Amino acid sequence: MQLSVKIRRFNPDVDKKPHWETYQIDADPMDRFVDVLNEIKWRQDGTLTFRRSCVHGVCGSDSMRLNGRNMLACKTLVQDLGDKITVEPMLGYPVIKDLVVDMDPFMAKYEKIKPFLINDEPAPHTERLQTPEERERYDESTKCILCGACTGSCPSIWSNPDWIGPASIVNAHRFIFDSRDRGATERLNILSDRMGVWRCRTIFNCTEACPRGIHVTDTIEEVKRALIYGDTDTK
Amino acid sequence: MAYHKFDVVIVGAGGAGLMAACQLAGNTSIAVISKLYPTRSHTGAAQGGVAAALGNVEEDHWKWHMFDTVKGGDYLVDQDAAEVLAREAIDAVYDLEHWGLPFNRTPDGRLDQRRFGGHTRNYGEAPVRRTCYAADRTGHMILQTMFQQSIKNQVLFFNEYLALDLLMVDDAVAGVVAMDLRDGEIHTFHAKVVLFATGGYGRAWRITSNALACMGDGMAITFRRGIPLEDMEMYQFHPTGLYRVGVLLSEAARGEGGILRNSEGERFMERYTPTLKDLAPRDMVSRAIVQEIKEGRGVTPTKDAVYLDLTHLGKAVIDAKLPDITDFARTYLTIEPINEPVPIQPTAHYAMGGIPTDIEGRVIRDENKTVVPGFYAAGEAACVSVHGANRLGTNSLVDLIVFGRRAGKHIARFIDEWDFLPLPKEPEDFARKLVEDIRSRDKGEAQVNIRNELRDEMMDNVGVVRNEERLLHAQKKLIELKERLQQVAIQDKGKTFNTELMEVIELGFLLDCAQATTEGALARKESRGGHYREDYPKRDDANFLKHTLAYQERNEIDLRYKPVALGTFEPQERKY
Repeated sequence: MQLSVKIRRFNPDVDKKPHWETYQIDADPMDRFVDVLNEIKWRQDGTLTFRRSCVHGVCGSDSMRLNGRNMLACKTLVQDLGDKITVEPMLGYPVIKDLVVDMDPFMAKYEKIKPFLINDEPAPHTERLQTPEERERYDESTKCILCGACTGSCPSIWSNPDWIGPASIVNAHRFIFDSRDRGATERLNILSDRMGVWRCRTIFNCTEACPRGIHVTDTIEEVKRALIYGDTDTK
Repeated sequence: MAYHKFDVVIVGAGGAGLMAACQLAGNTSIAVISKLYPTRSHTGAAQGGVAAALGNVEEDHWKWHMFDTVKGGDYLVDQDAAEVLAREAIDAVYDLEHWGLPFNRTPDGRLDQRRFGGHTRNYGEAPVRRTCYAADRTGHMILQTMFQQSIKNQVLFFNEYLALDLLMVDDAVAGVVAMDLRDGEIHTFHAKVVLFATGGYGRAWRITSNALACMGDGMAITFRRGIPLEDMEMYQFHPTGLYRVGVLLSEAARGEGGILRNSEGERFMERYTPTLKDLAPRDMVSRAIVQEIKEGRGVTPTKDAVYLDLTHLGKAVIDAKLPDITDFARTYLTIEPINEPVPIQPTAHYAMGGIPTDIEGRVIRDENKTVVPGFYAAGEAACVSVHGANRLGTNSLVDLIVFGRRAGKHIARFIDEWDFLPLPKEPEDFARKLVEDIRSRDKGEAQVNIRNELRDEMMDNVGVVRNEERLLHAQKKLIELKERLQQVAIQDKGKTFNTELMEVIELGFLLDCAQATTEGALARKESRGGHYREDYPKRDDANFLKHTLAYQERNEIDLRYKPVALGTFEPQERKY
């Protein structure tokens, strides 16, 4: 099918402000959108710049705004986008060039919630035990690939870039509800800050944006409840 | 000129690089350079699991694991290395658990284990449940867990830096040169030790499970500095790549009971490997699929695929144990695997070969195992060799954690007794020329055709089935492509995040790896593991029970050979 792909371009070496460029290209409806971007780059305009790596939705490099919604370009088929496609960098991140945004502030927020198992008790020679039910309790939040699509879709981030954002809360959830972890109180304290969970207004954009199907808003709500009830057993 | 000085510089932030970094952080000045953000590394795409003879769900022994690894590799495996792999896998898996990796559990809370291809009980009797797993995203969980530990240990990262050159002084390593993609600046990293954990080069083939980043960077940089690459002809095609796109559908699908069927609905693996059937090693299953297709029993309109049938497993098992890979079928083929079989075809997957190392991760430069002081390699970029001519499923993640850990521990001792070497004069010259030659060329071919022609050539002529005629064709074609690459011009002349420039540099790396693969394959006149020559269909231990060492000598490739470390298991005919 014939596509018209309108891309928001910005190269700091030459541009004062962003502008739009439109490319006409023929694509198979079953192509991934990242294939289309590659074809444009390789055959029409080598200066078009975007991140990409695994091209099957597990590395999280190519999160971008397609027709107004954050998606992974490699997990979206052309047939699901239609023949007129608008492509922009994610909102809420400083743009480095074209579709490439600066992920450093995002990663710094992620590090803030202490994203590692906290447990100073001596480990046994074999595994720590955990029942399948205990393992299931935090399964959802282990799926996160740190693509940033949720955080970039959140109006609370758009209005306040200092907010910790949904991805960090999902990753805090991954440890708070892990029966082996002893850092729940520490993390909940960080998240009860004014830049913590309470700035979430339950808008659900993040849940819609997540390419891994994580129920992001629900996990944030579970963290809020843990804070209110002081109890990580309450669902 | 940007200059940095660290005791240790690790290039690559996948499983092996991060595992090594975590052994060193805190006590040593180290930096990790990655051309991606660490969590984008291709370790994250590994699915099925990590093997370790824990014996949690049925009797198992590390020695059985060692045997399976040696036999699976068609006896080209160095047996001392296979012993280390199988023994240390157990502690390495417990380490991961202690760091929080969310493994699936048995009802009594222990690590659950599943079946995988070529892993057997009692030296080949029947499949054994040896593979620890986290649903079908074990690699993702390993990468996340190792990155989490790196944050805990305050590892210093240089993200989105493309390595360009290895600095050497009198056959020892003095550092590495890399380009910061964000502003195009060239940086020199002066180091006592450089560890390459840069991954594989699956992008050399048309159908591949590998990321666009898997361009063989570290292998090629090493090769260009006169250090050989080992057993590059041993490249694995995974039997079950998603039709057309090549995305991996884990062997776990068959471990959980999935069955391969041809156009007649026949479970054809029963004819090829009656004991292990669908769970035979990957080289055998890939060849069987190619044979079925050749004999006209392929599926899809193009008849170049077969079916992976999961329909009898039921929704509960699929959703709990294979959620991601079934999602790939839904996303990319709009097929519902609960109700319909999924068309698959062999996909270029894994390099058994790579930068030669000993069992401590030290890079060696010749058949006498002469160590290159200060240079280490681990993971897919390295060849220890634990995978020989064919890697068993789940042994790649074992390789990363076991040899990443060993390399890290060995480096910690080495840097105490080794000093910085003075940098060569003008250390950035080579890298700067590499970059400027491309950037300054005004007119020339675009890179895209070279990229595509390379992938077609390798797929058609250096794939699952090879012969002299095809390999000679590839040999000639690669010389042509390398010449054309010297004339490529790019449109983006800027400094900021110039991915067009990056892609041309990477394509050069990829061509070098492809050339080493083809030359090794041409000279190896036998069939062994993943290297199948229809003109020499038998394994030939008398002449080829030896490792290939390929050296780049100007524009030629010189081949030498290194003996295989045998000892525990005598080579036998490989039947399953």
